[in-house]
Amino acid sequence: MSEPGDDGDNRARSIALLRMMERIRAFEKQAILAAERDKLVLGAIHPSIGQEACAAGIMQAVRRDDILLSTHRGHGHTLAKGADPLAMFRELLGREGGCCGGKGGSMHIADFNVGMLGANGVVGANITIGAGAAHGLKLIGSDRIAVDIFGDGAVNRGPFLEGLNWAAVYALPVLFVCEDNQWSATTRTRTVTAGEGAGARAAAMGLPVTTVDGNNVEEVAQAADQMVARIRAGNGPEFLHAITYRQTGHTSFDQAAYRPEGEAERHKREDDPIMRQRSYLQEMGVSSAELETIHAEAQAEMAALLKEAAATPFPPDDTAFTDVQDIGSPAKEAF
Amino acid sequence: MAEKMTYVEASREALREAMQSDETVWCLGEDLGRGSVFGQYLGLQEEFGPDRVVDTPISEAAIMGAALGAAMVGTRPVVEMRFSDFALCATDELVNQIAKARFMFGGQSRAAMVIRKPTGMWRSSAAQHSQSLESWYTHIPGLVVVCPATPQDNYSLMKAAIAADDPVVYFEHKNIWGMEGEVNRAHTVEIGKAAIRRAGADVTIVSWSDTANLAEQAGARLAEEGISAEVIDLRSLWPWDKEAVTASVARTGRLIVAHESVRAGGFGGEVAATIAEAVPGARIRRLGAPRSLIAYAPNLEDQMRVTVDMIAQAAREMTND
Ligand SMILES: Cc1ncc(C[n+]2csc(CCOP(=O)(O)OP(=O)(O)O)c2C)c(N)n1
Ligand SMILES: [Mg+2]
Repeated sequence: MSEPGDDGDNRARSIALLRMMERIRAFEKQAILAAERDKLVLGAIHPSIGQEACAAGIMQAVRRDDILLSTHRGHGHTLAKGADPLAMFRELLGREGGCCGGKGGSMHIADFNVGMLGANGVVGANITIGAGAAHGLKLIGSDRIAVDIFGDGAVNRGPFLEGLNWAAVYALPVLFVCEDNQWSATTRTRTVTAGEGAGARAAAMGLPVTTVDGNNVEEVAQAADQMVARIRAGNGPEFLHAITYRQTGHTSFDQAAYRPEGEAERHKREDDPIMRQRSYLQEMGVSSAELETIHAEAQAEMAALLKEAAATPFPPDDTAFTDVQDIGSPAKEAF
Repeated sequence: MAEKMTYVEASREALREAMQSDETVWCLGEDLGRGSVFGQYLGLQEEFGPDRVVDTPISEAAIMGAALGAAMVGTRPVVEMRFSDFALCATDELVNQIAKARFMFGGQSRAAMVIRKPTGMWRSSAAQHSQSLESWYTHIPGLVVVCPATPQDNYSLMKAAIAADDPVVYFEHKNIWGMEGEVNRAHTVEIGKAAIRRAGADVTIVSWSDTANLAEQAGARLAEEGISAEVIDLRSLWPWDKEAVTASVARTGRLIVAHESVRAGGFGGEVAATIAEAVPGARIRRLGAPRSLIAYAPNLEDQMRVTVDMIAQAAREMTND
């Protein structure tokens, strides 16, 4: 979506990156409130607070009709891909009009209208699906590409090897992204990962690897732009290793007491992607008032949408039996 | 208009025709360019090229997972698992991903594909190349389960499976690739409709896959002895033709369900229980493999078989009183 332009364009783009990160954070803060305070979100949610630069930076580089596959920690990616936040809130609350009709919830959020083909409850499973989507796109001669995002924990699952090898062998149009927040649930990923880790493994299969500071949204965006351009030109898959940090617990309910004292606080204080982009924009001459407005607008937008979602009814009971299968459908005969 | 074809030729012809008429149909699996293990794809790569008949790495999880991604962007993959045993390496992709993709995303997506799983005992292939696991997949909402037993059904059901918008798990029996039969290309079969392979009045024998062929032989033998057996080949296990079986047992009052897979937890239990509820007073017997493993040595392998003799003997015993 982005074109190299003059300073005015750059400024607008940098502001847009901040705005998207603010919206993601506001969405997730509301979602956490809805889970903990209001008991409206019943299932687990996995916030990406502290990781918003990856979502904002990568998704601005792709088109609306490009494909995205994501993980259990996928709200940010989905929103940045262009999904409707009201439909997302409704989904988190299990309501009618949710993007999956209330059947999926946070972990299976998807919006096919914007090419978002699903978050996934199984770590690593989206890697082969994303490779396959790219395979299908190539087969039908499309110029669309796929973006396949997973965590650092996923590189220890088999589909990582099978999916990356597959994409490389068939030179598929797919950008693999390891959004490395350094934690696999309650385990520090490097303590259970042999060798040099994600990037080295991808490089061993011949994928060009770019490593970025995943909390610097400008750096993520720039890298993504270049990689997406090469991939769309038909040069085969690439691998983006974005180093970031999960500021919250694994789920909204997890207090993350297993982390060394002060680690999360230090990241929040010194390495927060939103704070860093605000400083960057201030250096560019954007006023504090303007930054505050962006923040306040995001908050107001998401608070209002959550309210609206909470006023929506639950889906009709009989939809428990729809969209399973045509042949042998439980809507006709479930036993 | 019928032509002579073998079981393996029949599904290959069905696939070839589907690929000719629909450019989005493609196949992926190991060694397909050389026809795969049993010749199911012979000549197809020459005809359709390596992009539509794709030789894959030995990556069952990626074959299955990639098929889902490709289905979600509008293509219609035919997945080759080589042996149904190897499909277990892709269980998450089939059970957690493919079977659930449509429902979990609220109907935004479909996973139209055929997943081919050559099944059953075939020569001395031992414990990891001989299993019949079809009942597992009947337990998974979202999947259609098909088990053809004849060349005609392998032709017609493969066509129906490719045309379906659902994921169809398609079990071809390895022991009958060379089985010859008349195939009429115009003959269509609806998935979920059983075939009455032999009409009869005294006992109903229900089966599927190659065991249905054994059941038909048993029926012929019983007829010589004056026992009239109705032999029903279910052809698909989900959905399965409850109406046909119920109507038959309502007349005969006796049901034998016979299958090659392990009896305990086999789909025969589901058929038996359903009919016990639907036809009060019906006498019911199940024949299936003992709950042991399939061995290499032929005499040990034979211990696991349901035979024509066993089926016929069960019918004699049931009609004897
Ligand atoms: C196959 C599988 N194993 C285990 C889990 C449980 N689980 C959910 S998220 C998670 C940690 C994943 O770590 P990572 O891939 O780094 O993603 P992150 O949560 O850090 O975003 C685990 C173990 C799962 N969902 N799927
Ligand atoms: Mg992680």
